[in-house]
Parts: sequence; structure tokens; C-alpha cells
Amino acid sequence: MTKVTYIDASGESRTVEAQVGSTVMETALRNSVPGIEAECGGACACATCHVYVADEWTEIVGKPSQMEEDMLDFAADVRPNSRLSCQIKVSEALDGLVVTTPVKQG
Amino acid sequence: MSEIIQTDAVIVGAGPVGLFAVFELGLLDIKAHLIDILPKVGGQCAELYPEKPIYDIPGYPIITGQGLVEALEKQIHPFRPTFHLGEMVERVETLGTAEKPLYRVATDAGTTIEAKVVIIAAGGGSFQPKRPPTPGVEAYEGKSVFYSVRKMEHFRGRRVMVAGGGDSALDWALNLHPVASRVILVHRRDEFRAAPHSVNAMRALVAENKMDLAIAQLTGLKGADGQLSAVTLRGADQSAFDVECDDLLAFYGLTMKLGPIADWGLNLHENLIPVDTATFETSAPGIFAVGDIITYPGKLKLILSGFHEGALAAQRAHRHVYPDKKLLFQYTTSSTNLQRKLGVS
Repeated sequence: MTKVTYIDASGESRTVEAQVGSTVMETALRNSVPGIEAECGGACACATCHVYVADEWTEIVGKPSQMEEDMLDFAADVRPNSRLSCQIKVSEALDGLVVTTPVKQG
Repeated sequence: MSEIIQTDAVIVGAGPVGLFAVFELGLLDIKAHLIDILPKVGGQCAELYPEKPIYDIPGYPIITGQGLVEALEKQIHPFRPTFHLGEMVERVETLGTAEKPLYRVATDAGTTIEAKVVIIAAGGGSFQPKRPPTPGVEAYEGKSVFYSVRKMEHFRGRRVMVAGGGDSALDWALNLHPVASRVILVHRRDEFRAAPHSVNAMRALVAENKMDLAIAQLTGLKGADGQLSAVTLRGADQSAFDVECDDLLAFYGLTMKLGPIADWGLNLHENLIPVDTATFETSAPGIFAVGDIITYPGKLKLILSGFHEGALAAQRAHRHVYPDKKLLFQYTTSSTNLQRKLGVS
């Protein structure tokens, strides 16, 4: 089973099982992981599912698309490893993925 | 005071569910006015995902958000609803009684409507400008931090920081350039979503040193009594620096807030409105609620559920609007009466 770890702004870590094909945002909501709002429900239209991808994962996860980059303009404290978690699809290659949620969404 | 509009129903929210409520009310001869804070109809469908396909609208295997909104506008056209767009409902006052409800609805644009029923179809609440992620920003709002421009004259001779990379930010940076003593545009990356001609115009002014451009993010505000003196920025290299300015205009998109609905005296449960599922009436007789803003056991936030809720609310609303008339259940396929209303008979 594929696992994703979410670390919140206070440093608390939660590891949950993720279905291949679902998104990192959906996985968080399904497992009641705090720190992700997903106001638009995954349409890449709100920037409230912002996460920081752990350094060792940034290359594997990849860069945001143009549309996602545009939407990140609305997120707070955007960093080079910022992604919108509704745009990261869980795959076997991402087993063990670690993301950190920001202090504030949107 | 401007003229008070008299009508049967006021629908708060012109998203898909609010629009379809016009249809269900119209079949029952209930005239409706719709009010929405956005300058266009369609709610989230039009604002958040106009181009996204929706797959669970009955009868449409696939339709975009905008496509659905346009189809609904066409469907309700025979009932000639009145739209009040770009207005937020601020107050709902009770004028009537439980037996004979009457409400006065007032918007922030000064529109006042008296109606026998109010249908709240406000979805996730009203779309409001997103605040910049700087602590304590509330203290500056309306004094030196703004999310829209009401009067350009306010900015005359002042140093104005404009934050954002879309059309609103670029348009106002360019429009205020002749008025302000200095315009400082701040955006987190050196790429802009705005129309290329405005980006080119901005770059030309920056090249001539007539406007400043900072590739940075806002991290703090400095000032006293609501008056900004400087904004702290963090550049791409993570270094922090202060830029002096008198005003900040921030364009970080929209977010949904429940807004004034919380003050209308309705029972709320976790920012949602509980309703009776037989009638979709709220705790206040004559005030109905449908769509994503409501809660009841088994509630699904689906557009199709909102359509059903509107149909049931209309049945009950008929009693309030026409207390002496008996409601006869009819089908659009067979009733010449309904077909006449739809303009097809």
C-alpha cells in the first residue's frame, strides 16, 4: 500500500494510506488530515490545498503546471517546493511521499 | 432612500441552484429577483470552474460549468427574473408574521426589495477578496489597505503598492500610475497572468524608471493607527526588506465567506443552515435555503440535489405567496397551463 506523510506547521506528523490514482489533497481529506482546506474541491481554482514537498521528493513529484503556477499566486508563503496537493496524483513511485502543510491556507 | 421593489421571492445567490429555483418558482407563478455578489451569474460554476467538465448533471453526460450556467439561463428565460449583480445582501428584516411572512432585503448597493419569501441559495457563501497573508492586516483595511478601488482620488500623490499578477493588479498599477506619486508593483514571480499588452505597458514604465517592480512576497505591514508606512517583502533569494508606501492594494483572488447571512437570525449549524427536508424552509417561516449552504441528514453537496431542493421549496413558497390558492400538481409534458407559462403552447 502506498503511504503519504503529512507534517503540519507545528511539526506533528501523520502517515496515511493513499490510493494510487487519487490526489494528495483527496487523501488528506479522506483521512481527516488537518491543514488542507480544498475550498474548490480539487478544480485547481483556489490555492487552499497548498503543501511544501519535502526536498528529497521535489524531483520525483515534479514541477507545477502553468495553470497551477498561476493559482499559486493566490497562496501565502510560496516557496520553490510549493505545490497544490490537488494536482499531485498518488502513484507507486510516490510511496513514502512527505509533504508539509503551511501555517495558513489562502 | 431609493424606491422599494415589491416582488414575490428574493433569491440570494445566482449559482446553478439559485437559477433553477427561478424555474420552479416560475411554474407556480412566483416572480423572483436574484441577488449575487459576483458581477455575473453562475456562482462557483462560473467563477471557479467555467471550463471544467461536470459529469453528474442528469441528462448531460458531460457539460462545462459555463455551459450549465448558459443552459440554465436559457431555461429560466421565460420567467424573466430580475438580476441584481455585484451586490451583497446585507440585511434581511422581518416585516410580516409566521402566518403571513414578509421580508425586506437590503443590499450594500442600496437596493431594497420586499418579498413574501426569501430563498437562500448562497452556496459556500459570498465570494470576497482574499486577504494578504500578513499578520494584523485587518487594522489597516479601509484606511490604507484596499482590495478594490472605489475612488482613484484617494490615491493622488500617494505611494501605492499594488500586489498581484493578474489583470486587476496590472490594470490598477497602470491606471493609478498618473495619479499616485509612485506605484510599486509586487508579484511573487516575474511572470504575469494579466493580458500581455498590460504586462508590456508595465514593463515599459519600469524600464523608464516610472514604476517600480519587486519580485517578492508580502510578509509584514508597518505603520500606526491603520496608516501604512512600509511593507516588508521577502525576495526570491529569501532576503527580507522594507518598502515605504502609503497604501496597499492587494489582489489575491477571491475566497468564500459566509458573510452577513450569519446575522439574519437563522439557526446555523457549523456555518450551514439546517432545513426541514419536506419544505426546505429554515427556522424562519418564509425563508428557505437550498444547495450547498444547507445541512440535513444525508445532505449531499451536489448541483442535482440543489435542483430537487429548489423544487420542493417552491411548492411550500406557493402557500406563502398565494395563501388562498390551492396548488395543483402538474407536469410540463402535459399541462397546457405550464406550457403557456413556458411560452411553448
